[in-house]
Amino acid sequence: MRLVQKFLALFFLLFLASALTAQSAPSQADQIAQLQQQVADAKGSADNAWMLVSSALVLLMTGPGLALFYGGLVRKKNVLATMMQSFAMMALITVLWAIVVYSLCFASGSGFIGGIGHAFLRGVSAQPDPDYASTIPQQTFMIYQLMFAIITPALISGAFAERMKFSAMVLFMGLWSLLVYAPMAHMVWGKGGILNASLGGRFPTLDFAGGTVVHITSGVSALVCATYLGRRIGYPKEPMMPHSVVLSFIGACLLWVGWFGFNAGSALSAGALATSAFVATHFAAATAAIGWAGAEWIRNGKPSALGAISGCVAGLVAITPASGFVGPIPALLIGLIAGVGCYLMVARVKAALGYDDSLDAFGVHGVGGTIGALLTGVFATKLINPIFKDAQGNALPLGMIDGNFHQIPNQVVGVAIAMVLATVGTYIILRVVDFAIGVRVSAEQEVQGLDLTQHGEEGYYWEVSLP
Amino acid sequence: MTKLEAVIQPSKFEDVKDALLEIGVEGMTVTEVRGHGRQKGHTEFYRGREYTVDVLPKVKIEAVLPDRLVDSAIQAITNAARTGKIGDGKIFLSRIDDAIRIRNDERGETAL
Repeated sequence: MRLVQKFLALFFLLFLASALTAQSAPSQADQIAQLQQQVADAKGSADNAWMLVSSALVLLMTGPGLALFYGGLVRKKNVLATMMQSFAMMALITVLWAIVVYSLCFASGSGFIGGIGHAFLRGVSAQPDPDYASTIPQQTFMIYQLMFAIITPALISGAFAERMKFSAMVLFMGLWSLLVYAPMAHMVWGKGGILNASLGGRFPTLDFAGGTVVHITSGVSALVCATYLGRRIGYPKEPMMPHSVVLSFIGACLLWVGWFGFNAGSALSAGALATSAFVATHFAAATAAIGWAGAEWIRNGKPSALGAISGCVAGLVAITPASGFVGPIPALLIGLIAGVGCYLMVARVKAALGYDDSLDAFGVHGVGGTIGALLTGVFATKLINPIFKDAQGNALPLGMIDGNFHQIPNQVVGVAIAMVLATVGTYIILRVVDFAIGVRVSAEQEVQGLDLTQHGEEGYYWEVSLP
Repeated sequence: MTKLEAVIQPSKFEDVKDALLEIGVEGMTVTEVRGHGRQKGHTEFYRGREYTVDVLPKVKIEAVLPDRLVDSAIQAITNAARTGKIGDGKIFLSRIDDAIRIRNDERGETAL
């Protein structure tokens, strides 16, 4: 009986509702507008979902990805200190980002640096910023970009691993984020930036996901750090083998996965461009692993696990600027060139020059980033991403294979600016930090290890342990 | 009483241990060690850098034996651990003055 009553009530309500809508029938235009809004909302939600996942994937690259990759490569006494250098960025840069760094990167400003319009995240709300990403909340764009700002300085830490004071590292990284990262990100990606390709910069540099902004700046800064701090005690006479290639292996595999967020996420939407970047990223990682390990196989007679994972990272670095502009076959080629090129740099050239870039931050990120940025000028095509348009909205050629021979010089300008900014900025910051608190630990602390002397703990507490 | 120290290839440890128990050895102490004799080391490559690893992983077995067991123990170890290649390891023997069982103060061979 109660059931029947319920049904009756339901029918009555439905009848009432349809009667009401019939009375106030909206005009066709209103209906269309409403539908359009619903479609836009649905696309916005889809894009936003992918961008939030991508943000998390990029954070995964720093911790645990990079922390494990670098942590495994150092000696046992420095494993925690090395992991902390990455993890500290996840906390430190986040705070600076909220205060002012996001604003310096992405608020309107000059051609070289953003203003303070978004300081303390003022005006960064659920509303999209159409200049950057018209379908997702600016807050999503902000948190996504933060993950890039976190990993970039963390990459540098590979160069001064096993010998830099933790306090000096924190101060250095904070200043670096303000003085090197913010201007470079603004120039390439910010409104009014002189290298910005999608918003009409003076020298439009194609950098889809950060070949110049992330990898060249960090890689070149790493080289400056390695030479400024000097070699580790005992380098290159004493053996300094990675204490656990197993940790590095897990880290590299996490980097590979996280890089999908880094590159495919840089489409800032969930459509076909994201897929294209995802595919290019994966293909380049594969051939780069083959390239590096293959080069080792030929030279040393054995392909090493460390070689294969180092190669994959080099390929991921190189495809970063190109990922949203090239097809899968050029991606295979870019990866292969980067894998072999970075191997030669790390195994041959570094030994010849004698600098101690402990974990090859320059050899992988500086060299791989440069290879990638230049090859983007060769292989970028309007078929993948019609980013350049004429006044009528027709797609213009991008790279050399499209017949645009002016793009390579523009890429060179972008690379050169990144290198000069990174070199000068890093050197000045190192001098200031050295003067203020000293950059390097004492010889005694270095021998004892940074875990114990900088953090008062040990990575592995075993009752019996061999050195 | 005689202390026997045998440094052997890690891969031969199970065989040697079983052979010793077979002839009536009551107990032993085992450590993972590194070292080299005439064998010297091998080279490893990490990112193109070549490292010579000249102390290699070995297993060291220590056992204090009543003198009557010493010859058969040596026989057991050499039989079980020998491959005939360089790097098979060594056995060292030394005299032991006394032994004390902590549980009940037994001394000498009865403490073994």
